[in-house]
Amino acid sequence: METTTVIIGAGHSGLAMSRRLSDRSIDHVVLERGQVANSWRTERWPTLRLQTPNWQTRLPGHHYVGNDPDGFMGMPELIDFITGYAGTIEAPVHTGTTVFSVRPVPGGYGEGYEVVTDQGTWRADSVVLASGPANVAVVPAVAAGVPEAITTRTSMDYKGPDTIPDGGVLIVGGSATGVQLAEEIHRAGRPVTLAVGEHVRLPRLYRGRDILWWMDAAGVLDERYDEVDDLTRARHVPSPQIIGTPERITIDLNSLAARGVRVTGRLAGVRDGVAQFSGSLRNQCTLADLKLNRLLATLDEWCTRAGLDTDVERPRRFEETRLDAAPALTLDLRRSDIRTIIWACGYRADHSWVDLPVFDRHQRIRHDGGVVTDAPGLYLLGTKFLRRRRSTYICGAEQDTLELSAHLHHFLDHHEGAIALSAMDGPASRPGTTRSRLAFAKG
Amino acid sequence: MTITSTPVDNGINLPALLDAREALTADPVLAEFEWRASCSWVNGTHSHSTVEGFTGLRGEQSHKTVFHYDIDHPECFASEDHGATPIEMVLVGLAGCLVAGVASVAQMREIQLRSVSATLSGDMNLLGVLGLDPEVRNGFGGIRVHFDVDADASKADIEAIVAQSQKRSAVYDIVTNPTNVTVTVN
Repeated sequence: METTTVIIGAGHSGLAMSRRLSDRSIDHVVLERGQVANSWRTERWPTLRLQTPNWQTRLPGHHYVGNDPDGFMGMPELIDFITGYAGTIEAPVHTGTTVFSVRPVPGGYGEGYEVVTDQGTWRADSVVLASGPANVAVVPAVAAGVPEAITTRTSMDYKGPDTIPDGGVLIVGGSATGVQLAEEIHRAGRPVTLAVGEHVRLPRLYRGRDILWWMDAAGVLDERYDEVDDLTRARHVPSPQIIGTPERITIDLNSLAARGVRVTGRLAGVRDGVAQFSGSLRNQCTLADLKLNRLLATLDEWCTRAGLDTDVERPRRFEETRLDAAPALTLDLRRSDIRTIIWACGYRADHSWVDLPVFDRHQRIRHDGGVVTDAPGLYLLGTKFLRRRRSTYICGAEQDTLELSAHLHHFLDHHEGAIALSAMDGPASRPGTTRSRLAFAKG
Repeated sequence: MTITSTPVDNGINLPALLDAREALTADPVLAEFEWRASCSWVNGTHSHSTVEGFTGLRGEQSHKTVFHYDIDHPECFASEDHGATPIEMVLVGLAGCLVAGVASVAQMREIQLRSVSATLSGDMNLLGVLGLDPEVRNGFGGIRVHFDVDADASKADIEAIVAQSQKRSAVYDIVTNPTNVTVTVN
């Protein structure tokens, strides 16, 4: 089977790219191992809601049309939103198609790609990796020391408070997932201990408006990957402590502690069944408070410059994070009430099926704003800070796919040998499509 | 930050640091270091430690000179007090690490320091080390560090520098997180 571009993954990013390629009349298919929006359907917990307000959940040519623009989509609504999009744009999605390998065509590296699936092999000039940034839940090495009597879950296989054993729960990780699960499980009446390392604190509302409205309007989300001081750092900043609820509540360590969640430092080790927590919690909270205040100062300055000070509430600062004088450093897992540990330590992409020399020493794909390094025609989509801060969010796909589809189109038209080879081929809609066919014929 | 006519100089060779970051990113093996100390017992609780060599940057390295440290306990411990206690050396190490971090971070952020001083204290209950109460740990119950920083910067900027120096400190990490220690004997 042949096509010009294979998009792997029919989530919001892959579908947005499909729309962009259709706009450019670039022949393509979208391969999806499960159904459209598969990760959202199968790898998240049922009560999860998006952090981004509905008005911000938009894709190229598609936006929220309901009566609650300031609300937050739950999983069923989001799945409908993405599935509806796939239908609207008539994306050429092949569901139930698992990719085993992306590799160079036999003709040689740089001549196009073979995408080997359980439904046959595709050959294409270009490939877009849109399988998502969150395929595998990270479980830290210290998990090896957890006593066998304790049930462990990750944020990918946790399916609600009634699906874990009675008793206390230790949630490891204080980013969005960790604080959201702490809130939910504590509300279900379980004693919750939350182990927190580096984290990002964000209020849901600031000066009467959603914090993501501020970051959107003030241009914070548009900061580009080639403008930030430290891109590696920017791509590894933990997801902010924020939750989308109908009440638009703020969730942070103060709100959780006030409700009775016990907050400890990062889980640093488990020795002889005793969990050891880092003594760095105070500083982690200081860093998060300072960082929050810097962000708010940036937003305040923008607000004044934009002349909006009279339209919104007055600036304010939030109470610093309160901690016990001496947060617990150890917890004996053999004797405590903890029956379940949930690893909420983040996710990573699984690109193990990409059989190309494009990885760094951490098995992450090397790329320049989504243009994969040393692999002409290969693109990456939908990862954190791919091209700008907004890339982390669903709405980031709008601009990212606009730019990367332009790059891809240019690549198809101009890659080495394209013009000379195209002259030898019959009529083609675009010069770039011919070259790989010849290369395939040679292979 | 006030605008000064002279460039910020905290005695940190920033270009060299930035070059090093680049080199270590390009060749991560260069970044693998081993630090060493050796110690011989003198008498009683008095010992003598030296540091000289270490490895890193793909090779054996050395300080400009051998550094010597006498370690002992004070007279109220029925010792001869030839030097600081080991636990005070931990505070010395933590202080040195954090202060160096403050200077480096300030340089990176183009903030001129005028003075930096840190006072450190750690609580310790002797019942732990003496084995008189199994509920009491041997080590510090807690460590407090207080910084006085005079610099061309706002209070928030100074707090951020001090916080960042903790975040990037090796000794802070060592004292706040568990570390595997392997001891062998001949």
